[in-house]
Amino acid sequence: MDSYPNGMSKEIVFCKGGGCTAKLGPGILERVLECLPKGKKDDNLLIGYDSHDDAAVYKISDEVAIVQTLDFFPPMIDDPYIFGKIAAANALSDIYAMGGEVKTALNIVCFPEKMDLNILGEIMRGGQEKVMEAGGILAGGHSIADDSVKYGLSVTGTVHPDHILANDGCEIGDKLILTKPLGVGIIATANRVGEASKTAMEKAVKSMTTLNKYAAEIMRQFPIHGCTDVTGFGFLGHLHEMMHGVFSCIIHADYVPVISEALAYADEFLLTAAGQRNRNYTEQYVDFQDISFAMEELLLDPQTSGGLLISAGAQQSEELLNKLKGLDMPCAIVGEVIEKQSREIIVI
Amino acid sequence: MIKVNAMGDACPIPVIKTKNAIKEMKEPGVVEVLVDNEIAVQNLTKMAQQKQYECKSEKISEDEFKVMISVGEERKEDQINDNIETEKEAVCIPDQRKKKKVVVLRSGKMGEGNDELGTVLMKGFIYALTQLDELPETILLYNGGAPLSCEGSDSLEDLKSLEAQGVEILTCGTCLNYYGLSEKLAVGSVTNMYVIAEKMTAADLIMCP
Repeated sequence: MDSYPNGMSKEIVFCKGGGCTAKLGPGILERVLECLPKGKKDDNLLIGYDSHDDAAVYKISDEVAIVQTLDFFPPMIDDPYIFGKIAAANALSDIYAMGGEVKTALNIVCFPEKMDLNILGEIMRGGQEKVMEAGGILAGGHSIADDSVKYGLSVTGTVHPDHILANDGCEIGDKLILTKPLGVGIIATANRVGEASKTAMEKAVKSMTTLNKYAAEIMRQFPIHGCTDVTGFGFLGHLHEMMHGVFSCIIHADYVPVISEALAYADEFLLTAAGQRNRNYTEQYVDFQDISFAMEELLLDPQTSGGLLISAGAQQSEELLNKLKGLDMPCAIVGEVIEKQSREIIVI
Repeated sequence: MIKVNAMGDACPIPVIKTKNAIKEMKEPGVVEVLVDNEIAVQNLTKMAQQKQYECKSEKISEDEFKVMISVGEERKEDQINDNIETEKEAVCIPDQRKKKKVVVLRSGKMGEGNDELGTVLMKGFIYALTQLDELPETILLYNGGAPLSCEGSDSLEDLKSLEAQGVEILTCGTCLNYYGLSEKLAVGSVTNMYVIAEKMTAADLIMCP
């Protein structure tokens, strides 16, 4: 690892700026996917390649569909046990975002042969604990020797085919609810260069290690139209997928929950490459109306294990929000879905 | 002038190194930052814009970029007071990506129909490119287009002329391998699918004869 300013600890070698900041840019991926041959059509594949959804859903009977997803990335934090928890919470999240329940999980491990195996043990312990908390079974895994550490899970869950929460199911008039604060990407980046405060990092770790299970359990009690989880493409990137060229939305920047320190770090330009890639891709869809630079950056910040973004009917949204507030995690109604405008997302 | 070498550094390190260099400055001047990727250029430009420093960038090669940031007297004071202006005046050169015009040569022939005619048309098209007032920024060659940049191509001179005028000429490496032309590339450089996808994604205009 190259030298960082401020004399980083040796442990930092383990952490090269990972999490969802390590994702390939959204634009690149779309181009590659477009060029791939389409496989044979299967009506039981309810959600697959063609949509921009969080996970694949395949119907196996009228009552049961399986939800499949996988996610893995390099460490964004130098404590391996916490990294394991975050990576697992992040991978499990896609099941919740589809409205499903976690059943089984498999470890995905890349680890350098020469590195201390206890570190790997700690990572996997963190992952295992989160899978157990999710009510799932860690059933196996696959590991390969690699130059750098990467960890994550392949997760299988189930969902009733009639109760799938696609990310593009929203309706005009819906309220948009975000269940975790933004800014964890910027804080992890600031931490990597020794600029983050202890409190900021604690808040970020708490957010990233919290399973979306609890928010999903509450959400399920309400008639929800659409849901996704906010991860690598940032709040606006995932919101763009939710609007999918059919709707527009107004976002009230003041209502969006954030970890306040992240605003200060954004003003110090502790910004990731992934955040800038998100800006390059997303900016064309967004009309920022007098929004501060720092807030723009937070709205574009890649989130590792971010919250759920829920599109709910206006009538039930307050009640849903009140219940979510019981979870001890900053959450809010951040905007509403409107008819399609010239710009897809209007941030005021 | 202060030089900052941020080659091989991942974001936000180039920005941090640059900020530190600016802090060390005793008087107005220019900071020259070398980075190895375009996203770092954009992040540095973004910082300069916010701080209202004048900023220019230049691509030296595929993986070397130079960003020049001029820090003036007043701005230096602003910076000391840590008074971040949020006014978004475009002090910097506009985002270059917006100007991107990319030519994609995916076949040795132009259009469909008679192959012989198609070959003649393609040669004419590439020649015509050299005569344009506004040259493309990049020419991508793949599959049947790959041999155009290799020894024996009728368009070699035209492509070389374009390259000499600053046009980036990139040929798909997989394609060169496939056609056994890896050793025969005569103009521009070899590229991969990610770069191809990236260039096309970033393009404002794709010309595909």
